[in-house]
Amino acid sequence: MPKLATLIRIAVFLALVAFLLQPHWFEPLLRPLVQDNAPVIYNQGSLLQLTLLHLRTVALAVAAAALVALALAILVTRASGAEFLPLSRSLVNIGQTFPPVAVLALAVPIFGFGEKPTLIALFLYGLLPIFENALTGLTTLPPSVMEAARGAGMTSGQRLLKVELPLAMPVILAGIRLSVVISLATATIGSTVAAKTLGEVIIAGLQSNNLAFVVQGGLIVAILAVLLHDALQAAERRLAARMGR
Amino acid sequence: MIEIENITKRYGESTVVDDVSLTIAPRTVTVVVGTSGSGKTTLLRMVNRLVEPTSGAIRLDGEDNRALPGYELRRRIGYAIQGHGLFPHRTVAENIATVPTLLGWARARIEAKVEELLSLFQLDPASFGPRFPHELSGGQQQRVGVARALAAEPKVLLMDEPFGALDPIIRAKAQDDLLAIQKHFQTTIILVTHDMEEAFHLADRIAVMDKGKVVQYATPAEMLLKPATPFVESLIGAGERPYRLLAIAPVSSAVEPGAAEGAPISSAASQREALAELLWSGRDALPVAGPDGAVIGKVSLEGLAKRAAGPA
Repeated sequence: MPKLATLIRIAVFLALVAFLLQPHWFEPLLRPLVQDNAPVIYNQGSLLQLTLLHLRTVALAVAAAALVALALAILVTRASGAEFLPLSRSLVNIGQTFPPVAVLALAVPIFGFGEKPTLIALFLYGLLPIFENALTGLTTLPPSVMEAARGAGMTSGQRLLKVELPLAMPVILAGIRLSVVISLATATIGSTVAAKTLGEVIIAGLQSNNLAFVVQGGLIVAILAVLLHDALQAAERRLAARMGR
Repeated sequence: MIEIENITKRYGESTVVDDVSLTIAPRTVTVVVGTSGSGKTTLLRMVNRLVEPTSGAIRLDGEDNRALPGYELRRRIGYAIQGHGLFPHRTVAENIATVPTLLGWARARIEAKVEELLSLFQLDPASFGPRFPHELSGGQQQRVGVARALAAEPKVLLMDEPFGALDPIIRAKAQDDLLAIQKHFQTTIILVTHDMEEAFHLADRIAVMDKGKVVQYATPAEMLLKPATPFVESLIGAGERPYRLLAIAPVSSAVEPGAAEGAPISSAASQREALAELLWSGRDALPVAGPDGAVIGKVSLEGLAKRAAGPA
């Protein structure tokens, strides 16, 4: 018997799928938000396609951020790379302090309109949570376990792959989860520079004073964020529970 | 055979291990005792090169321990530590299989070894193998830790306060199990502890360390009868000496001819246990039963009192 919370999540997910596949089913619900004769459901493109493109942008940016942040965190937690810790910290912090809008403004003249500036902004914005969490995970491993790994004759590479990364994984995943949620929301502003994301729906609604557009764009992003957040958190819990934490 | 020769470890200005030389006979248990900060753990960790010495050499069966890369050396030497250090993300079976896996043993051989060790440590392989370490009690975790250290059949086993985290009852059991396993595998064991009781119970020879130096390296009996320094004497504890002396010898070596009343005591029990039984039951002598159960003589209060006396 699944818990109530799980049932609610399944219901929300099904509603989202239904909305993306058959938006006109939901017309009566959104009708009160618009003036007469105005379109209720976004009509300048497919919501499903925009959602998939939105997710793709987020996935690409977070994957790249995770790769770079994890590589940096591994580098600076090795004895040979410890001196790069302050430098990498500042680099990653700069990525976080720069507002994504400013990154977009700077990137457009170089890369032109479209998906690229958005990817860059999300990538920079997503580095910090993953880097900091990976750093925490890799530096707070139980000393007796690390001692046992060395004592058993594991090389430094084997210790990293077989012990350190698996043990740090729940914390690293938590960082990735934060980045995913931040990026899902932030990706909407990519539509200001013509990236194909759900921001397009919201912006169209704002321009034509169509509240229904704004609500449907916003809701899809919000539901995606909540569902992905919960799914990643469940994965973390499973990993951590296996280790008895 | 382990030969430790003039080994020294310095960290900056401070000398942690100071010109230590020990020769450890194969298939024996050597216990290194000392207060915290005496350098005993550092000495142990230099044997499998978790710590590199500043000067001196350590040879295992005549071969310098620097002949192999550190990690390969460590795969050939068992290592068990306080708080077991089990990998929390791996099952008990996977934990025990750590070194055999690193050595690239065939799967069937690893599985057989894991099963053998679990059975030897009185853990049912089918039930405990697939569990995770956090699902085990402290005593069980400790046994798995020792089983993991022995998995690749090392000739040498290093143990750093392996029983430190256990409660007294489980600790006594773990010590007896260790002695039985040492006999079974004929392993050479070096064990570090600050618990003198444990040292006298387990050791063939004891090395006492103080401020980085070995102040005495002797059998338990020699150490009791002729402590080399006042420090050794204080470590043994003046009030404990006669009892420790009786504790390290079996009843079989104190048997006198004659008969006595009451239930017999096994000749394999320690003389200390015999004394306790005599005092508790208020008798002057106990009959002694040999390994086959037949009475072979008696052990008397008077006889034990003579054996418990120090050198005149």
